Amino acid sequence: MSQLPLRAQLASALGRTAATLSRATGRGDGSVIGGRVGLLLEPDLLRKLAHEKKLALVSATNGKTTTTRLIASALQELGEVATNAFGANMPAGHVSALSSNKAAPYGVLEVDEKYLPEVLSTTEAGVVTLMNLSRDQMDRAAEIWLLAQKWRRALAGKPAHVIANCDDPLVTWGASTAARVTWVAGGQRWHEDSWCCPECGGPLDRAEGIVNADWACRECTFSRPEPNWILDGEDAVDPRGDRWRLNLQLPGTANRSNAVIALATAAAFGLEPQRALPRLREVKSVAGRYTTVERDGRVMKLLLAKNPAGWLEAFDVTRPDRPIVLSVNAQGPDGRDTSWLWDVDYRILTGRHVYVTGERRLDLALRLDVAGVGFTLVDTFGQAVTALPPGDIDVIANYTAFQSIRTEFGRAV
Amino acid sequence: MQSSLRIVWIYPDLLSTYGDQGNVLVLEQRARRRGIPVEVVHVRSSDPVPEQGDIYLIGGGEDRPQILGAERLRRDGGLHRAIQRGASLLAVCAGYQIMGSVFGGEEGQPVPGIGLLDISSGRGERRSVGELAAEVDPSLGLPTLTGFENHMGVTRLGPGVTPLSRTLVGTGNGDGTEGCFAGKIIGTYLHGPALARNPALADLLLRWAAGPLPAIDDSWYERLRNERLGAVLKP
Ligand SMILES: [Zn+2]
Repeated sequence: MSQLPLRAQLASALGRTAATLSRATGRGDGSVIGGRVGLLLEPDLLRKLAHEKKLALVSATNGKTTTTRLIASALQELGEVATNAFGANMPAGHVSALSSNKAAPYGVLEVDEKYLPEVLSTTEAGVVTLMNLSRDQMDRAAEIWLLAQKWRRALAGKPAHVIANCDDPLVTWGASTAARVTWVAGGQRWHEDSWCCPECGGPLDRAEGIVNADWACRECTFSRPEPNWILDGEDAVDPRGDRWRLNLQLPGTANRSNAVIALATAAAFGLEPQRALPRLREVKSVAGRYTTVERDGRVMKLLLAKNPAGWLEAFDVTRPDRPIVLSVNAQGPDGRDTSWLWDVDYRILTGRHVYVTGERRLDLALRLDVAGVGFTLVDTFGQAVTALPPGDIDVIANYTAFQSIRTEFGRAV
Repeated sequence: MQSSLRIVWIYPDLLSTYGDQGNVLVLEQRARRRGIPVEVVHVRSSDPVPEQGDIYLIGGGEDRPQILGAERLRRDGGLHRAIQRGASLLAVCAGYQIMGSVFGGEEGQPVPGIGLLDISSGRGERRSVGELAAEVDPSLGLPTLTGFENHMGVTRLGPGVTPLSRTLVGTGNGDGTEGCFAGKIIGTYLHGPALARNPALADLLLRWAAGPLPAIDDSWYERLRNERLGAVLKP
């Protein structure tokens, strides 16, 4: 039975009731509303729930939902795991996740980048996993250099074991005040936010390549730490030098990177790759990402891309011989500013059948026109699907555009 | 102008946070569609700014890169020499503030700018984030400006510059005006790809460098402009 004091137990139970109601009334997956009710009743609830578990916090600009899922799947090898599987990654979502499975000895929490200092200080998590930082929804997100600075302050003097991607200079800088770090060469496809040294502002010299490419500041001593784990093509190489063929169901380099980071995180819990890896291979889709929906013989591969780095990772997974539908909105969760479209190099789509839709389709249309990429503009996603012949179709959409496609075409998770 | 139009993008490694590359791409496309050969030069902050460019662009960025960018431009001197030679410049957001005598740093502390525009900037009370629309100074003969702003800056214009526009929606400089110009230098808070939403402003920069321009098909630009202006200027 739970060790929680009565008041915290009550708050947590009420939170669960609200979550059930939210699901029953069809207003969402329930994870955030449950947490909000709980937090109102018991501000210390998160602290109390967290102290009963061995906890990992997972943060990054991209891939945190997927990596959280991979780590949670791996740790199930050790016992029950409480996790915020629906990406509700602020404290209310954390309370909801932990109270929904109080008996679980393990917890894996996806944490919004801005909230990491607060959540680390509240939960005193033993493991913190940090993957990448890049520009994202600039109209409301914190500036990333500042964000990395806050990570440094939050990690300094804490006993937490940090698992960090040393191919990302800003993440490396953000993690390097921690007492104990396992460095993972997990790769970085998007370089546009890391040409300058976060320590001194000098130019970073960078070797060619996406994964395990060395970098060093020309003006100070800041340089890439020696990696303990390496993503090498299809394989993870562990600290002993043993190779593990990943063979994931999730597609693309970004997911292989997420998997190596998940293996390193599992190892921090004492779980060896031979037991963790089969669990990672079972994961097929994460909160609808990488899922496939079908209508009238059109098989649509859904990819979520929220920022320039995310679009590059999504292009990596699409196939040049398939038509592709792009959908862009600019509602609150997407960021209301569409300037980021100009940071994405769309020329990779040249020669493909490209359909453009979403509430901000005219922004995307002009962007493609300037890039010299031919396209067809359609008012709705459904029109694009109807216009295309039966067969496989790649779909890339940003947050609310993605959700509206899932709502219309099925919410398979 | 020499044989080809030289567009120089200053410090994309420090100041290109908000899709600033869009301004480079739009200028390049609109020149090429008129048969003007274009050479685009990306100048990293560790490299000297070439003096032989025709149009210079500098974009937006976080506080710390803004301070670094200002220091390096001052030390380098290449942009000053290019402007003296008659080059034109579009300076956006953080880059706009750098062109003045002073701007506000991370903690609001005054940081010296590079003095190419008679303006001084400081840190305002709150961040201005959202769509902006403004009527351009009649002497420039341009249609309504449209764009997106995201900054905490307040900019005072000195007698050496003219306001670029008067705001209809949004904050701009903070006194009812948005941006400024002097000679062939234009500064604006319309961040990121301001020229994608304002092709006539792109053509003004091109005309300053290359002389009169034939008309081109603007339909995608116009559709986007109409939609955005329609969204913020409700009748
Ligand atoms: Zn350095």
